Amino acid sequence: MIKIEHLYKDYSKDIKVLKDISFTFEDGKTYAIIGSSGGGKSTLIRCLNMLEVPSEGTITLDGVVVNDPKTDLTRVREKMGMVFQNFNLFAHMDAKKNVAYALMKVKHMSKEDAYAKAKEMLEKVGMGHRTDSFPHQLSGGEKQRVAIARALAMEPEILLCDEPTSALDPEMTTEVLKVLKGLSHTGLTMIVVTHEMAFAKEVADYILYMDQGQILECSTPDVFFTHAKSERARQFVSNML
Amino acid sequence: MRFSIERLVQWAPYILEGLGVIIGLSLICALIGVIVGVLCAFLKKKKGIGWLIRAYIDFFRGTPVFFQLYFFYFGLPALIPGFPTDRWIYATVVFGLNSGAYLAEVMRAGIEGIDKGQIEAAKALGVSQKDIIKDIILNQAIRSVLPALFNEFIALTKETSVVSVLGVNDMMKRYSFVVAKTYSPIEPLVVIGIGYLCLNKVLSFIGQRLERKLAYD
Ligand SMILES: Nc1ncnc2c1ncn2[C@@H]1O[C@H](COP(=O)(O)OP(=O)(O)O)[C@@H](O)[C@H]1O
Ligand SMILES: [Mg+2]
Repeated sequence: MIKIEHLYKDYSKDIKVLKDISFTFEDGKTYAIIGSSGGGKSTLIRCLNMLEVPSEGTITLDGVVVNDPKTDLTRVREKMGMVFQNFNLFAHMDAKKNVAYALMKVKHMSKEDAYAKAKEMLEKVGMGHRTDSFPHQLSGGEKQRVAIARALAMEPEILLCDEPTSALDPEMTTEVLKVLKGLSHTGLTMIVVTHEMAFAKEVADYILYMDQGQILECSTPDVFFTHAKSERARQFVSNML
Repeated sequence: MRFSIERLVQWAPYILEGLGVIIGLSLICALIGVIVGVLCAFLKKKKGIGWLIRAYIDFFRGTPVFFQLYFFYFGLPALIPGFPTDRWIYATVVFGLNSGAYLAEVMRAGIEGIDKGQIEAAKALGVSQKDIIKDIILNQAIRSVLPALFNEFIALTKETSVVSVLGVNDMMKRYSFVVAKTYSPIEPLVVIGIGYLCLNKVLSFIGQRLERKLAYD
């Protein structure tokens, strides 16, 4: 469970991005965060694993205050996997090493165990035949599936995805969304920033609508897409559909 | 005068010793160039000293190295009486600084070229700062810079041929000596040409191997 209380994030005195956000992400549920660009979606999920340091407020993961300077971030980050818009694979490592690297460095697995696990995870995302390929030899969709395998190999409780398909063409988007859909409701908590309304509607338990640094709305897809509470959310939905 | 194999064999060892001089000089200058280049890459953007670094780079990239050698070798002792005149020092310092000016750009690109996204991905996986610097940043920065370093080294072995103007005993200087003795330029020229060609064939072969080996883990 991730509990966010009165979270603020300012990048500078003039750039105040998150404004008093309080929210609780329940275990095992899938959340889709939607909203127009610049609304603070990325900033919010990057605060969860401390890629951005919150300015005020607290984030608590299973009773541990994530943004307490005394907290061991490695333990926190081990529980939270992240998938990025631009894949961010390690360019000098092949697919299996991309997955195995953190298993060896963070989980202190032996080389054999780490590579065996890497192969297993790559098979799970349909990349078992490309374990020796380097990132530059893979298509966008394939890269993103390797990135998902890399995050999952760490056996996180939570998977954060920041626009995982925004850099992909429609065909590749489908293959990546299929993998993400397969992961939802398997015990993993998923928090997915996305512009794919069909995916949000079909897979998410809750839709969070963010605008100007606040969560304006949290509803089930049924409610959100038919009668959203705020005018801005209704406007957003009608523009997207 | 006819080409003489005998003369060629007789003088080849003496001239080729100059190749050793060139390799040694180029190695030292490349090393100075790397150190100066890295320092400049970091200092170029600093306030207060940045303009000095940029002026240095402009001077060494904007004038021929021949002029630079003359400028320092003849200019400095004239300006400042008692300034040392050891030709080796001048040759090393001028070529070292010249390389440094070129490598500053390469180094800066190598360091800035590291993809921030990969660093974030490693952080998000819980990888320690130490391992990120070692395995993600330096590992890739070195790979991206090494081929350029090697090219600079190859360029240096050719450019340094002008040190003969200072009287450093490289192949060109030895050429003058041999011609003065034998009155025949052709044999020493053949030796020098083949010497440089072989050296750079070997160097670029090593460079390519290195590049391929370093491209990926
Ligand atoms: N590192 C940063 N420095 C300054 N401003 C930033 C930074 N990152 C994001 N912002 C600003 O914060 C706002 C929210 O950005 P972001 O969280 O990326 O929104 P979203 O993901 O919803 O598009 C934007 O106005 C953006 O320009
Ligand atoms: Mg974003």
